Amino acid sequence: MILKRKDLLGLEELAAEEILGILDVAEQFRNIFDRPVRKVPIMRGRTVVNLFFEPSTRTRISFELAEKRLSADIVNFSASTSSLKKGETLRDTAENIEAMKVDMIIMRHGSPGSAAYLARVLKSSVINAGDGAHEHPTQGLLDMMTMRQRLGNLAGRNVTIIGDIAHSRVARSNIWGLTKLGAQVTVCGPPTMMPPDVRRLGVRVEYDLRRAVDGADVLNILRVQLERQARSVFPSNREYHRMFGVTEEVVRLLKPECFIMHPGPMNRDVEISSEVADGPRQVILEQVTNGVAVRMAIIYLLSGGDPGSLRGETD
Amino acid sequence: MDWNWRSIPAEYVIANVRVCRGGKLAKRRGFLHVKKGKVETVGVGEPTAEGFPTLDAGGWVCAPGLVDLHAHFREPGQEEKETIATGSRAAAAGGFTAVVTMPNTQPAIDNAGLVRYVIDRGLEAGLCRVFPTGAISTGRTGETLCEYGEMVAAGAVGFTDDGSPVAHGGLMRNALEYASMLGVPIVSHAEDRTLAGAGVMHEGYWATRLGLEGIPRAAEDACTYRDIELARATGAHLHVAHVSTRGSVELIRRAKAEGVRVTAEATPHHLTLDHSLCRSWSTMFKMNPPLREPDDVAAVAQALAEGVIDCVSTDHAPHTATEKELQFDQAPFGVVGLETALAVGITHLVREGRLDLGVLVQRMSERPAEIFHLPCGRLEEGNDADFMLFDPDEIWSVDPAALQSKSKNTAFAGQTLTGRVKATFLRGRLTWRDADGSLEK
Amino acid sequence: MGFVEKAVIMDGEEMQRAIMRIAHEIIEANKGTQNLVVLGIQRRGVPLARQLAEAIERVESARLPIGSLDITFYRDDLSTLGPAPRVGHTEVPFDVTDRNVILVDDVLYTGRTVRAALDEIMDWGRPRAIRLAVLIDRGHRELPIRPDFVGKNVPTSQREVIKVKVQEIDGVQEVVVGEVQQA
Ligand SMILES: [Zn+2]
Repeated sequence: MILKRKDLLGLEELAAEEILGILDVAEQFRNIFDRPVRKVPIMRGRTVVNLFFEPSTRTRISFELAEKRLSADIVNFSASTSSLKKGETLRDTAENIEAMKVDMIIMRHGSPGSAAYLARVLKSSVINAGDGAHEHPTQGLLDMMTMRQRLGNLAGRNVTIIGDIAHSRVARSNIWGLTKLGAQVTVCGPPTMMPPDVRRLGVRVEYDLRRAVDGADVLNILRVQLERQARSVFPSNREYHRMFGVTEEVVRLLKPECFIMHPGPMNRDVEISSEVADGPRQVILEQVTNGVAVRMAIIYLLSGGDPGSLRGETD
Repeated sequence: MDWNWRSIPAEYVIANVRVCRGGKLAKRRGFLHVKKGKVETVGVGEPTAEGFPTLDAGGWVCAPGLVDLHAHFREPGQEEKETIATGSRAAAAGGFTAVVTMPNTQPAIDNAGLVRYVIDRGLEAGLCRVFPTGAISTGRTGETLCEYGEMVAAGAVGFTDDGSPVAHGGLMRNALEYASMLGVPIVSHAEDRTLAGAGVMHEGYWATRLGLEGIPRAAEDACTYRDIELARATGAHLHVAHVSTRGSVELIRRAKAEGVRVTAEATPHHLTLDHSLCRSWSTMFKMNPPLREPDDVAAVAQALAEGVIDCVSTDHAPHTATEKELQFDQAPFGVVGLETALAVGITHLVREGRLDLGVLVQRMSERPAEIFHLPCGRLEEGNDADFMLFDPDEIWSVDPAALQSKSKNTAFAGQTLTGRVKATFLRGRLTWRDADGSLEK
Repeated sequence: MGFVEKAVIMDGEEMQRAIMRIAHEIIEANKGTQNLVVLGIQRRGVPLARQLAEAIERVESARLPIGSLDITFYRDDLSTLGPAPRVGHTEVPFDVTDRNVILVDDVLYTGRTVRAALDEIMDWGRPRAIRLAVLIDRGHRELPIRPDFVGKNVPTSQREVIKVKVQEIDGVQEVVVGEVQQA
């Protein structure tokens, strides 16, 4: 089996072979998108709950589409429509949902560790769709899938992640996944956005954007949380754009084949200029397409799916 | 005469004990003769007093009742977490005969009436001496001083805004000056909240890895520095609560050398645990100040051994299971500590050769009583017979369900510890006896 | 678990003859090769489909479109465990609508694989007809599925295993019967 686990909580816990196995299966699902019927019946009769305590239209739609293309039954449960009030713990909510007999819970929650908590108290499979600043493993996987489609083997490749590393679950999942596959990861941003001891995660730290992009095969640009400006993490959008925004001028420093990723939604003319956002280097829509395929692969594999079991030679 | 646990008379003898006092554990066996709640004799060898019920304690250590300068008994207002009665019971089970309670109750202990209320509830429970501290400011708002004079007269032994540090340096200065007139310390929960921000654990590698907001050492050190300078300027007695960083240790060391009237305490968890435990996401490792790095832990333990840190205080902070069941960033800070404090010290400090058993006991009884001028803590002829018996070699494992505290939020759940409290006596009266019956031999 | 071979039930020459006979039968039933396409089921149905198409080409000098089906995502037993060989690809490089599809597999047993393959073909379009060609029919059907063209009927016990070996994958062409022995 590719995944010998009940849950997907983060890329920290996955082995390189597991990551590669997931990406291989994701490519199979990616092929289905080109068929007349973009749907397979493998998850028929299984129930998946999308439990979103934070608004996230993109991630939720991507998961929902993945579930539908696997023919699963879906229940959406978001904080605004749920009974989650002060005093009701995550455990109460989760146990209520499980009592309704579901097979899998996809959860987005603002608290780091919440997915691990849910996985511990529930028998159902749990997929972490983002837990605070901790991890966002499906985003990490779709980023790696996109890189692998363009670069092949990621070992020895240079990936530069730019932005608020300290508060980014996307950065953490990227760092874990990429370093496991042997890529060289550089993180770049102002020191106020750099978590302490980040080098111990196996990355290079660079405060100068021009040096950070030198020799890069990919740039992964993080979304700036604009509300952090109020907390003096950075002075202004203007200054951030000037010092860390990826503009045409920065693009001119890149290797010709270097491409640009962004997890979306973008703050145009803050972390990325409009010209670059619309330019030929960006692969943002490929990321979105791959996101559905990766999520199909994860849901399928955690449901006990095993492409290896297919060749029962007698039938 | 035969010893009967169920009816201990006014005069009795505990024989075959190793007496531990003055920072030393006696090499020879001795005895303790108690008469009408007072210590009649602390003797060496076979008991000289005859004709009284005598307990053969089989070589256990006989020490002064332990004294905790930092516990949250939550009453009034948060009785679902702990009451003065349940907290007293936990104290007795941990070998404590005196506890200084924190004023961050609801309402806060900010007037003489509430000070008396806490004392009365303590007397009602009758399991340990309860010494309340008062809030530094009315309603713990950090604005105006409480009526310290009246509160001290009612029995307050010090003032503190533990839990929500005094942000205003001017108010802190006034508190120190005013308290010094009354001869009581100001207890500083040293934390610059603007630096701690939304932090929930120590700022460092593990916070980075877990994506949790960090509390930098500087949040503690900057405030420790401020308060030491205020103590220097005012000549008042500053007591620094729950020291957790090597930086604060150095500030206190230097201040003491320079003659500033500063004392300090450290908790069992800051003396033995580090931030890597948070990787389990267990909220049993969420406390404030947070568990720091191994070199901080080593520095704090070293300072305790040297006397730079005067004493071990538990920062016993009960929270309900429901509250601690919340996510790490949402759960309240704090763990219970009274019932594991001595064993944690024996297991991680004494048995690892970093502290003599006699010194540990001294740092948990005589020294804290001394710095807060409490009328207890010494096992001496003529004093109240506040004492406890413990087996320094008994191995046990911490089962939260077995704790006497109303709350079970211990950071030491499942740990195998060495050293177990067998019985506690307050004014000669039994307040706790280890339930396993092993004293019946 | 180990597979212990008991007997060779078809050698390469016999396989070739069976494929050739099926080719003739298909041409006869279809009255020629017009509108015919061949779909092999991964994994050994795919080389057999190719061999069948070549046999038809030898007879009729017409090259048939060939595709392959990986029925992984159409299975009804999601949780079955097993070893992990590479997944095959589904490749249907033509429109199946209104075509006469020859579905090819190596062994017909319970019928569940064919059921999955039929579902998958329907997702690709609406063929005029689907005919099933298998090299071996070993019985023990669990679904009402019947082959239209059979290389050889081999009555077996449930404990027995039939292995079809093909040049492209196994380096040899033969069919063997054996048993899986518990270690
Ligand atoms: Zn405190």
